[in-house]
Amino acid sequence: MSGFDVMAILANPDFSRMLVHGVQMTFVVFAGSWLLAISLAAVLLGIRMLPSRVAEAGVAAYISYHRNVPTLVQLMFWYFGIASLLPPDAQFWLADHNSEAVFAIIALGLCQAAYFSEDLRSGLRAVPKGQWEASRALGHSYIGAMRWVLLPQAVRNAGPAIVNHTVSLFKNSSLAMAIGVSELLHVLKEIEGRTFRAFEAYLLGTLIYLACTLLLMAFGAWLERRNRNMRPAA
Amino acid sequence: MTMLGTIVDIVQDNWLLLLIGQYPNGPLGGIAATLILSVLGIGCAFPLGVLLALASLSPWRALRWPVFALVYGARGIPLLLIIFWVYFLLPLLIGHAVPGFVTMLVTLAIYEAAFISEIVRSGIQALPKGQTDAARALGHSHLAAMRWVILPQALFNTIPSILSQFVSTIKETTLGYIINVPELTFAAGQINNRLMTKPFEVYAILAIAYFIVCWTLTRLAHVVERRIAASRTHQGTAVAPPSVLTPRPEEA
Repeated sequence: MSGFDVMAILANPDFSRMLVHGVQMTFVVFAGSWLLAISLAAVLLGIRMLPSRVAEAGVAAYISYHRNVPTLVQLMFWYFGIASLLPPDAQFWLADHNSEAVFAIIALGLCQAAYFSEDLRSGLRAVPKGQWEASRALGHSYIGAMRWVLLPQAVRNAGPAIVNHTVSLFKNSSLAMAIGVSELLHVLKEIEGRTFRAFEAYLLGTLIYLACTLLLMAFGAWLERRNRNMRPAA
Repeated sequence: MTMLGTIVDIVQDNWLLLLIGQYPNGPLGGIAATLILSVLGIGCAFPLGVLLALASLSPWRALRWPVFALVYGARGIPLLLIIFWVYFLLPLLIGHAVPGFVTMLVTLAIYEAAFISEIVRSGIQALPKGQTDAARALGHSHLAAMRWVILPQALFNTIPSILSQFVSTIKETTLGYIINVPELTFAAGQINNRLMTKPFEVYAILAIAYFIVCWTLTRLAHVVERRIAASRTHQGTAVAPPSVLTPRPEEA
């Protein structure tokens, strides 16, 4: 090992292939859990609007659990705990299908759904009450008013917060390495172990993560600016 | 019901390990270490965060820029990668090996200081401009106005946000598990390795333990926030507080 040399990693075909796989896996975990989270968040919001105390309390408990238990513990609970309760056939099947990544996507997705759902809810609350009354007065049904008037505005209001939490989710995808998913950080650790070039490996990781998160943050800032400009003056 | 029975049995057999780790026969661990790490972490991060906030509001670009970079670094780089950086760089900087606990403490202090600086900064900016003007008109310098007029009010208003940041810190200490810091998650890992066949029960206990601690503190933060909001409207100086409920990338 000699001086600083990023090319010792990048120019090595083995390591560069590992890096590409790591980035791919990070994006698979990120995209999978994001899709799960956003769809579940919408379902949770729907349940919460039902005129039922039980439904309300159930969703509140779901959100409270996922916000007060560390994400890493939730990952371990799924991968070690819940996996052990599955029937052996399902366990074998999962072991053949990258069970680490599957459980990482489930755990991260369920956790993030709690945050997304709260974002959507405050987005919906920020829509003035007159919008609801006006759309009902115009003859929209409950579903119609939601679909055509309230939800589009709610999603727009919630946009910046959702992008913020999307950044968190992207960062948290690195926690999947704790249960053995070969995502970017896991790969970097492995390269570091084989080359003893910790500085170069971490620098590459930092640059890749920052490039993605800063891009997302810029998108969030743009959404926020656009929302401010679109809001009616009155 | 047997599952609940197993959970009770595991807690009865291991409560001391969960509470204080292998202490006094080994390092302090368990919930005690988790809480000490969090308190020390936020304790170091708070003064650092206030200084960073002052730097980010200072008229000198040379002071603002490093804070700007640090805040975006903390927001954009996964905490786990920052832990690896500190794990690698800290021994190089001070010349000898450091225990995992110290690595984790230094990481949390830097990471949380970045977020606290943003909280304090928005707390300062939420104060009515007249406060600074009046303090300056009374003859205070920029720093004296900060010290005697602005900061006392701003810091008081940020207490709820700092509390919820403390909850985030507790959750972040779990990442110490990856560099073998003896804390609560580590203790659960030890129990799981010893029992072998009860992972569901062991990790359920772990999740419940964190839930109890963090939920209690989150409730406390909300109560404090309501109190402070009430006291502020009472004084007739209602300003938009940096709310606990404001969405922020905080979870770990």
